[in-house]
Parts: sequence; C-alpha cells; structure tokens
Amino acid sequence: MAARAIWKGDLKMGTAKVSVKLYSAIEDKTVRFHILDSGRKRVKQHMVEPESGEDVPDTEIRKGYEIEPGRFVILEESDLESLKPKASRDIEISSFVPIDAIEQQFYERPYYLGPDGDANNYFALAEALANQEREGIAHWTMRNKTYTGALGAQDGYLILSTLRNAEEVVSAAQLPKPAGTAPSKKEVELAKHLVSMLEGEFNPAEYKNEYRERVMDFIAKKAKGHAPRLSAVKTKRQTTSLDSALAKSIESLKKGKRAA
Amino acid sequence: MTHPATRRHSSVSDEESGGGVRPFWSGTITFGLVSVPVNLYPATRTNRAPLRMIGPEGEPLSRRYYSEKTGKDVEADDMIRGYEIDKDKFVTITDEELERLAPEKTRDINLTLFVKEETIPAVYFERGYFLSPAGNSEKAYKLLAEAMKERGDVGIATFVMRGKEYPVAIFSDHGILRAETMRFPDEIRSAKQVGLPETPKTNAATVRKFETLIKKKAKRTFTPEKDQETAQLLKLVKKKETKTSNVVQIKESDKSEGKVVDLMEVLKRTLAGKSK
Repeated sequence: MAARAIWKGDLKMGTAKVSVKLYSAIEDKTVRFHILDSGRKRVKQHMVEPESGEDVPDTEIRKGYEIEPGRFVILEESDLESLKPKASRDIEISSFVPIDAIEQQFYERPYYLGPDGDANNYFALAEALANQEREGIAHWTMRNKTYTGALGAQDGYLILSTLRNAEEVVSAAQLPKPAGTAPSKKEVELAKHLVSMLEGEFNPAEYKNEYRERVMDFIAKKAKGHAPRLSAVKTKRQTTSLDSALAKSIESLKKGKRAA
Repeated sequence: MTHPATRRHSSVSDEESGGGVRPFWSGTITFGLVSVPVNLYPATRTNRAPLRMIGPEGEPLSRRYYSEKTGKDVEADDMIRGYEIDKDKFVTITDEELERLAPEKTRDINLTLFVKEETIPAVYFERGYFLSPAGNSEKAYKLLAEAMKERGDVGIATFVMRGKEYPVAIFSDHGILRAETMRFPDEIRSAKQVGLPETPKTNAATVRKFETLIKKKAKRTFTPEKDQETAQLLKLVKKKETKTSNVVQIKESDKSEGKVVDLMEVLKRTLAGKSK
C-alpha cells in the first residue's frame, strides 16, 4: 500500500522550482512495551507538586526556563507562540556540497521526496545530483519547526535527510587522542593485513534484526503459557597477547579461505 | 525496544558514587581474535532548551506515574513492562529476560566485515557514539584505529544496546573510534513501497540545466548550522528576565539534585584515561 504524503513543498534553487511531496523513508519496527503497575494495568503520567504529591491540572501549569539553579523565567503561551517560525512551503537550496562532505553523525531522519505534479524536473534534478555526486543543503520550515537538511539522490529518487545542528554534534577533531602506548609498526602491518582479509561489500540485506524476532517469539510463547527457559549471560576475556592474537587470526582466516 | 521510564537516551548521568561517569554501553570490539574492551558514550546531544513545568505557586513540578485503575501513584520499582497482545491484555517481560534473549554474537561488537567508508548510503545512519578504551586496551584500540584509517575502511557488526539491536559501523576518526548505529534494511522503505512512480527516461537538456545550477552553487565543505530556534528562545528569556514578575525563585532545599554533566568534559576525561 502506498504511503501518504506528510507534507508538500517547493524545492527552490535560484530561479528553478520543483514541487514535491514528502514521505517518511523510515518504518519504525521497534517493539513497544507499555509500563504497567503490579496489577498489570496501564500507568499514566501526571504532574504533581513534589512536596505534597498533589496533582496539578494542565490548565494551571506554566512553562519556565531555568536561568540558574532554582531560578526560572516564566514563558507564557503567547511568548511561545511568538517564537514559532513563519510558515512557508519553500525548501531553499543554498549550496551543493560533495557527497562525502557531511559527516555521518549529522544525518538524522531521511524522507523520500516524490514529484507533485510535473515529474520531469523532479527526475532530471535527481539525475543531475547523482551525476555531479553532490548533495544540496536545504532549509525549510515544517510544522512549526525549522530544519536544515541534505538533498541527495538514491536510485533515481530524491531523498531529503534532516541534519543535526552544530551544537548537537561533538566532532572527533575537538577531542584529545586516547592516552596509552602506541602499537609498533609491525603490529600495525599485521592488523592492516587482518583487516584487508575481512574486506567486502556493504550488503544491507544480510542484516536481520534477530533480537526483535527472538523477543516477539518469546512473547508469543509466553502468551500461550509456556515461556522457554533462558540461560544466563556469560562474559569472556582475552587471554593471549596482542601479537599472537593477530598472527593466529590471520592464520585461521587463511585456512578458512583455502577450505572454502 | 523502549526503555523503562527511568532511562533516557542521549543523557549522560553522573554516577552516584562520584568521580566517574557511567558509559552508555560497555562491551568488547573484536576483529579476528583480537578483542578491545571499550566504553561507549553518545556523540550527539539535544540542544533544545529544556522547559520545566511550573505550578501555580511558581514551584517546579515533578512527573509521576499513576495507576489508571486506582488513581494512586506507582513507584518505579513496582512498574513492569508489558507487550499488548490484545486490547488491554499484556504479556509481561523482565529486564533479565530481555538481556538473556540477546543473541550471543550481538553482545559484543564483532567486526567480521570491513567496507570502504563511502559505500554506506546515508539513509542507514541513525546516531553517533564515541568509544573509549577500557581495561588497559589502549594499544589494541589504537591498533584497530590505525589499521582502519590506513585501509580507508569501516568495520561492520550488529549489536544489542539497551534492549535494541542495531547494525553498527565503526569509523576511525582522528585517532578515535566512532560508532554509528544504523537502521535495519526492513526499517527503510523502498521507493516502490512509498508508491513513487517508476523512474522515467529523463530529458538530457533538463538534466544539463540542473547540473549547471548545481555547479553554480557548488561549495567544497559543509558548515553545520547553529540552532537558531534555541538562540531565539534564549534571547526572549533574557528580555523577560529583566522584569522580576516574570521570574520565580525556589527554596535552596528544593533544587534538583540531578547535576547536568557536560558531554564534552565526559569524553575528554574518558579518552585521557582519567575516569576508570
């Protein structure tokens, strides 16, 4: 079944305009649990006065920003309303960067864009992005929130991923290098050899969420009244030295290859 | 899987005993027969200015759970986790059961595959973490970081963290191992599933028109944006602060005990080997 568009907008770059519909590219498969009380009834949340434990109804709750410990500036509804960004249908593309210019840490949530009306420009833009190996840097406002995003092409379609902002990401360049002894040249050579023997293609289809299946299977069995016994988790430790671990790994991989 | 109410993502909590900060996850990276014990810390944080709920007397309120049936508050220790199999019918599951259900191989980050860095499509990436060496593993840690850097490779595995399994890519980044959790392929829709039309034959002239446009606005690097919305909010807070009727002050004794820990400080300390 086709998905429903969650938003409509216009990609704008210079004088060009491409009308698009936005669809979530993600399907959340997380197993959701409810929080229950000891009588297996659902629990709900409410706000209480911390001292008396008394319930405070929503109509009496205001919002405050803690400027220093214990000191709050009250923000009224009208204040929060005044902070809402101006609504717009424009997705402004300000620049185009090489596809490897944005670090993985910034990518937050991908959306498919689909053509809204004329599809020629949509598919031509996707092809142009793929040919140029670039992503567009996008800015837009959707549902009272402003976003920065990356406009990329994948298999001929446009994908718009929201990006985290500067304050949200810690970059490795800002951090000190780990302390401790450095490995020797010989060890690095061995490790490189080992890594190269394990090189292959990224094939996402190989990855199945086995844990999710196990949990769902366990729940199904428990629902029928016969939950299987689960064995305890064991921990293991490395015993051999780094050098011999590297040498043994390479040896066993070579044997594995010959046998295959 | 969702976590009990008491746990929050992306926050680093101060350990009660003082001193060290609890990692988000602890485990072992293995490649071949080499194992590298590591601690994992978030590399992202929410920047959104947190707003507190304030009561009619200007007092900060607490969030509590109560039973829908009895209306009474429920303590954290008395709460259980249930999966709804039918309307209002639950199968309960304990933390221990969830822990034991994790497949053996997913308890560690077992790098059985290395791929070239640029071959993973961006849609897979979910969230970043930094790994710091634990238990005298600095040398093995550096060895992996150096070998991956020189090969231009990232290591791939799947692992279970806080009740959820993830494919994970380990990057060598400025001498530090960075983990990016990824989405499983069945969590990413195909264009067909979304209902997008088949890709048609494109008009070469139109493609060229867009390519010219892209070249005209081409830039070499990406500069992360500052969070404008939070900046606007803080500006408004500053303006309102000047008027005392907008400000409430609570008693010393009521101050929240939860100290906010700066993520940057935590990472610096742990990489310098000072928080064991």
